[in-house]
Amino acid sequence: MSRIETDTVFVRRDFLEPEAPPPSLGGFPGWARKHLFSSPLNIAISLAMLLLLAWMLPPLIRWLFVDAVWTGSNREACLPKDGERVGACWAFINAKLAQFTFGSYPADQRWRPSLVMVSFFIGLAWVAIPKMPRRREATWLMLTAFPVATFWLLYGGLGLPIVETSNWGGLLVTLVVAITGIVASLPLGILLALGRRSKLPFIKIVSVVFIEVWRGVPLITVLFMASVMLPLFLPTGVNFDKLLRALIGVALFTGAYMAETIRGGLQAIPKGQYEGAASLGLGYWQSMRLIILPQALKIVIPGIVNSFISLFKDTSLVMIIGLYDLLGSIQRNFSDANWSTPSIAPTGLIFAAAVFWVFCFSMSRYSMYMERKLNTGRKR
Amino acid sequence: MTLRDKTAGEPPRSWVRAVLYDETIRGWVFQGLVLLGLILFAMWVIHNTAANLRAANIPFGFDFLHMRAGFDISQKPIDYTLDSSHAQAFKVGLLNTIIVSVLGIVFATIIGFIVGISRLSSNWLLARAATVYVETLRNIPLLLQLLFWYKAVLSVLPGPRQGYMLPFSTNLSNRGLTMPRPIVGESFDVVMWTIVVAVGIAWALARWARRRQAATGRPFPIFRASLGIVIGVPLVVFLGLGAPLSFEIPELKGFNFVGGMVVHPELIAMLLGISLYTASFIAETVRAGILAVSSGQTEAAESLGLRNRQTMRLIVVPQAMRVIIPPLTSQYLNLTKNSSLALAIGYPDLVAVFAGSTLNITGHAIEVIAITMAVYLALSLITAALMNWFNARVALVER
Repeated sequence: MSRIETDTVFVRRDFLEPEAPPPSLGGFPGWARKHLFSSPLNIAISLAMLLLLAWMLPPLIRWLFVDAVWTGSNREACLPKDGERVGACWAFINAKLAQFTFGSYPADQRWRPSLVMVSFFIGLAWVAIPKMPRRREATWLMLTAFPVATFWLLYGGLGLPIVETSNWGGLLVTLVVAITGIVASLPLGILLALGRRSKLPFIKIVSVVFIEVWRGVPLITVLFMASVMLPLFLPTGVNFDKLLRALIGVALFTGAYMAETIRGGLQAIPKGQYEGAASLGLGYWQSMRLIILPQALKIVIPGIVNSFISLFKDTSLVMIIGLYDLLGSIQRNFSDANWSTPSIAPTGLIFAAAVFWVFCFSMSRYSMYMERKLNTGRKR
Repeated sequence: MTLRDKTAGEPPRSWVRAVLYDETIRGWVFQGLVLLGLILFAMWVIHNTAANLRAANIPFGFDFLHMRAGFDISQKPIDYTLDSSHAQAFKVGLLNTIIVSVLGIVFATIIGFIVGISRLSSNWLLARAATVYVETLRNIPLLLQLLFWYKAVLSVLPGPRQGYMLPFSTNLSNRGLTMPRPIVGESFDVVMWTIVVAVGIAWALARWARRRQAATGRPFPIFRASLGIVIGVPLVVFLGLGAPLSFEIPELKGFNFVGGMVVHPELIAMLLGISLYTASFIAETVRAGILAVSSGQTEAAESLGLRNRQTMRLIVVPQAMRVIIPPLTSQYLNLTKNSSLALAIGYPDLVAVFAGSTLNITGHAIEVIAITMAVYLALSLITAALMNWFNARVALVER
């Protein structure tokens, strides 16, 4: 009676399957409970946010899509008719799209900037995507042959009719300013960064002063300087292009920021690399070119992309000195009598914002992706 | 086999080689060449500039600052008329830049901290909304945002008669924000002095409380006490003196408001644009700062028995601030420099007034641009110096 019969003892031989969580914790209710309604404060915040969304989103969607005018050839289409509400005037964008892209580039020559833009984006994708074959060759091509070909195609000469830069405009000018700025600022930035870390006192002072002066003033004063002072600095009678002046200003300004980005990369290289290069008998320029800079520039790729993003946004400032970039050409069309309605200003600005946003957001994602990718190899 | 002399294969060193390959001498020669190049370049530029100025018949000099300006400025914090000098216009512009920068910094900091902390919230909706805010605003050029607020929002507001009435007799219309103007009574400076004294008392109290806590471990509710002193004491004095402060309420006469104080739409657009834009960057800085405090710190605080609020105040915030402050400073500097975009929407800041109107009227491009750049440069350098000092104070003291 008191003895336990051994063959009835229960021994479990395998694990129990975990039970499903109680219904209140699983699925959407559980998720909502954890992430939205976990405490009185959270409940209040969630309700406030939901109210805010309910208040903002429907009118916004109405304005952007439901009440929007999609087709039409002049302002009549976008004028409110007898009490009817009129939203965004997309017909305006539609009618002016070519102008927003190319400015007043002659219509029969627009294949040239189109070709440049398409080949640029293909080339950029090639260089930027790590898995592409022959990236090194592609990079060299993009840095040497591409700019020459671009200049020839955009400006003309050698069989192509010349298109003065005053006719360039829209997204074309935005891209030209941003890309020239970043490409021209790279070598300048490298030299300045090396100069700032140099042991030679005079070189160091010159670099520090140059960097800090450009970083200390707003871009708009630099552009002003480039547009009114540069002509004074050159011999009398030498007068060069407005776009080129803006480009010089942008390149100097960006060069200073680039120098600081690259300096960060130089500082991140362990001292052993410098010493290793010296012990191999390499001179200063050799060790920089072969050992230090390839590593430093690789580390700062995300930083360079970030500088590019801010430069890309800053290109909109050239509007102030009378160049018509994307924003400038949209802004100029607000006064077009053929289209002047109350809704074109918001429509045009939202369109420009969307274009800038797509460019900048994708670049910042690329920068984050590169950061993750580069982080795996090197940890300081 | 004998050991060969190592140096036997090398040619004998001549002094020419020694000089040519000497690192120090090379360095100095190189620097001398750079200096020479810079001097030649500067001389060339100065020569060209002098020739160009002579051709344009503009004498170089700063005399134009005392000439009659002859243009009007829409927002004048100090006395300014058409007959004032360009120097006075410069001061007005500089003050307007300072006004928009200081207000912008205050708003941007508040919004930035709220959004940055919201991004780390456990509330999914709030965190997502903050992320959308940051990712949208920081990827759109500031100039575009300024134009948006000015042209697409503020200028399509109804006129003063149909404007939005807000609390405290404030009215928002396409003429700007009209609000009551405070009129200070005679004994009001007594109240101002009381505030100064109250701040002093609160500071002394904080010192005493810190010492007592260090000595005895007994905490003192210093925040609430100081708040009470700084607000309460002046309030009592203010009421005791019979409230020497009245307001001039704006009144609608004809098509516009008369009396009161007006914040021009340009300033509102500037503040909206510049604070919302900079806040998106500050939010990222704040988020990074809070994330930089390792979770071990929070856990250690909990195991010491600190409450949530105490953990935040005593452990997380002081360490996060150390990370946040340097990038925060550069955001403040960026905001100040970005305030120069005011030109695009007609807010009369330094660049618009001085590098715009004065430059166009007098033609003294070099002097005007140099002064403008020098002002921004000085602001940047002063802020950088102050922040370096502050940074050194809060920096981690390693033992």
